[in-house]
Amino acid sequence: MDPKELLYAKTHEWVHVRPGAAGEKIATVGLSTFALEALTDLVFLGLPELGRQVRAGEPFGEIESVKAVSDLVSPVDGEVVEANEALADNLEGLAADPYAAGWLVKIRVTDESGLAGLMNHPIYEKHCAEEG
Amino acid sequence: MTTDLAKTPLFDWHVSRGGRIVGFAGWAMPIQYSSIIEEHNATRSAVGVTDISHMGRLRFEGPGAAVFLAETLTRRVADMALGQIRYSLVTNDAGGILDDVLVGYFHNSHGQPYYVLVVNASNRDKIVRWIADRLPPERAQRPGHEIIFTDVTRLWAMFAIQGPKSVELLQPLVNADLATMKYYRGEQVQILHPRAKRQGGIISRTGYTGEDGFELSVGATVAPAVWEALIELGGPLGALPTGLGCRDTLRLEAGMPLYGHELSEEINPFEAGLGFACHLVGYNYPGRDRLVEIQKSPLARTRVGLEPSGGRVPREGTPILVDGQTVGHVTSGSFSPTLRRPIAMGYVPLALAEPGREVTLDVRGHAEPARVVDLPFYSRKKKKGTD
Repeated sequence: MDPKELLYAKTHEWVHVRPGAAGEKIATVGLSTFALEALTDLVFLGLPELGRQVRAGEPFGEIESVKAVSDLVSPVDGEVVEANEALADNLEGLAADPYAAGWLVKIRVTDESGLAGLMNHPIYEKHCAEEG
Repeated sequence: MTTDLAKTPLFDWHVSRGGRIVGFAGWAMPIQYSSIIEEHNATRSAVGVTDISHMGRLRFEGPGAAVFLAETLTRRVADMALGQIRYSLVTNDAGGILDDVLVGYFHNSHGQPYYVLVVNASNRDKIVRWIADRLPPERAQRPGHEIIFTDVTRLWAMFAIQGPKSVELLQPLVNADLATMKYYRGEQVQILHPRAKRQGGIISRTGYTGEDGFELSVGATVAPAVWEALIELGGPLGALPTGLGCRDTLRLEAGMPLYGHELSEEINPFEAGLGFACHLVGYNYPGRDRLVEIQKSPLARTRVGLEPSGGRVPREGTPILVDGQTVGHVTSGSFSPTLRRPIAMGYVPLALAEPGREVTLDVRGHAEPARVVDLPFYSRKKKKGTD
């Protein structure tokens, strides 16, 4: 996925929404390069089980580096329909390719109003620059 | 963020090399330059060079210094040989741990003896006050028993050079025979570097990583030149500059306690496994009588290693449970780069401390099975003659 076409949360998750086979909306969620470079030394990824209901602004999982653990925050309301379980044993892969092979979860969106609070790529880049 | 923080003589170097600066005990220090895991592994396999100039250095001179320290530290001081270093505690009247320190006995370049106390950065102000309170002018100026107490922290930089290639890296820079220097010994040396001409330093075979290694003190003004020489000479050896992040993972693997985590005023030395550092006969340091009593009674709790079976890291404060009851808490937890798994230390009741005991860790709401294990998690293969 092209990072320039994604939406971003202040907590550094990216999201891409596309129509699913039955006309529903599927949100693919990952973590930005900025977040992964800040974390470094990934040691654990906790992803939700399939079917889990998630809410915009609330944690759906956790990611740990040597020094700290961070929540993964959902940008939308919905149900987890896929989780990239293969990443747990390949955290280097997540860091190396965060916008494609490193996707974290796919969520069937029930309420996309959370997307309105997200940033486009230029604004997100500015946000990262300010965060330093 | 870093404006109110103290800076070591290497601060500009750390920033220029991409060091991630964090506030630590009032100091702006690099937590890592590249990756904590890479820096950790470089220390285990080659050598890591860490700026530890934030460590407090307190100097005691004068004919009364030895007796004063004997009445302040839990470890014997009067029988120390020149160049000897000892691990000791500073205890309060209740036998609680105020700090864990190294005390060294050296001669300056004029042949005058002095002691240096290396204290935790986080405890420096407290220990300086503790000492000053016990050293009023009538004590410090008692004729024939004078004591000169100086906080020299800002005058001297201090580097940890740790790892199997530490002798190889450091030997060209000092005029002492490092290969034969004994563990917990040190000496006054000349720095053999063009830009540090005639400057003296102190080098000791000590460290906080579980590896063979040294700690080097040099004057603040020549510190950047010496540091850059170490980094330059270290390149071909696989050396890396290493931040405080891996200093923590290295000491945790080595089972070494850290003040503010495994050690506090509420924990007594026997619980912490530091009874060896408490000399109970002789000088009457604060809390000595209380420690004699504590030693006679059974331990309420003890420090253990914990190995979770899952991948979640139990961080400090994680509850330790047996049969659904909280029996203790994790005091330090991290991912172990050497073992490639989470490890932790914590306190549990003595009856639950035997290796192999199954416990449950409540890691942020996840019940994670773990085992009590012996400390340390890692110990190096020792060469003859260094211990």
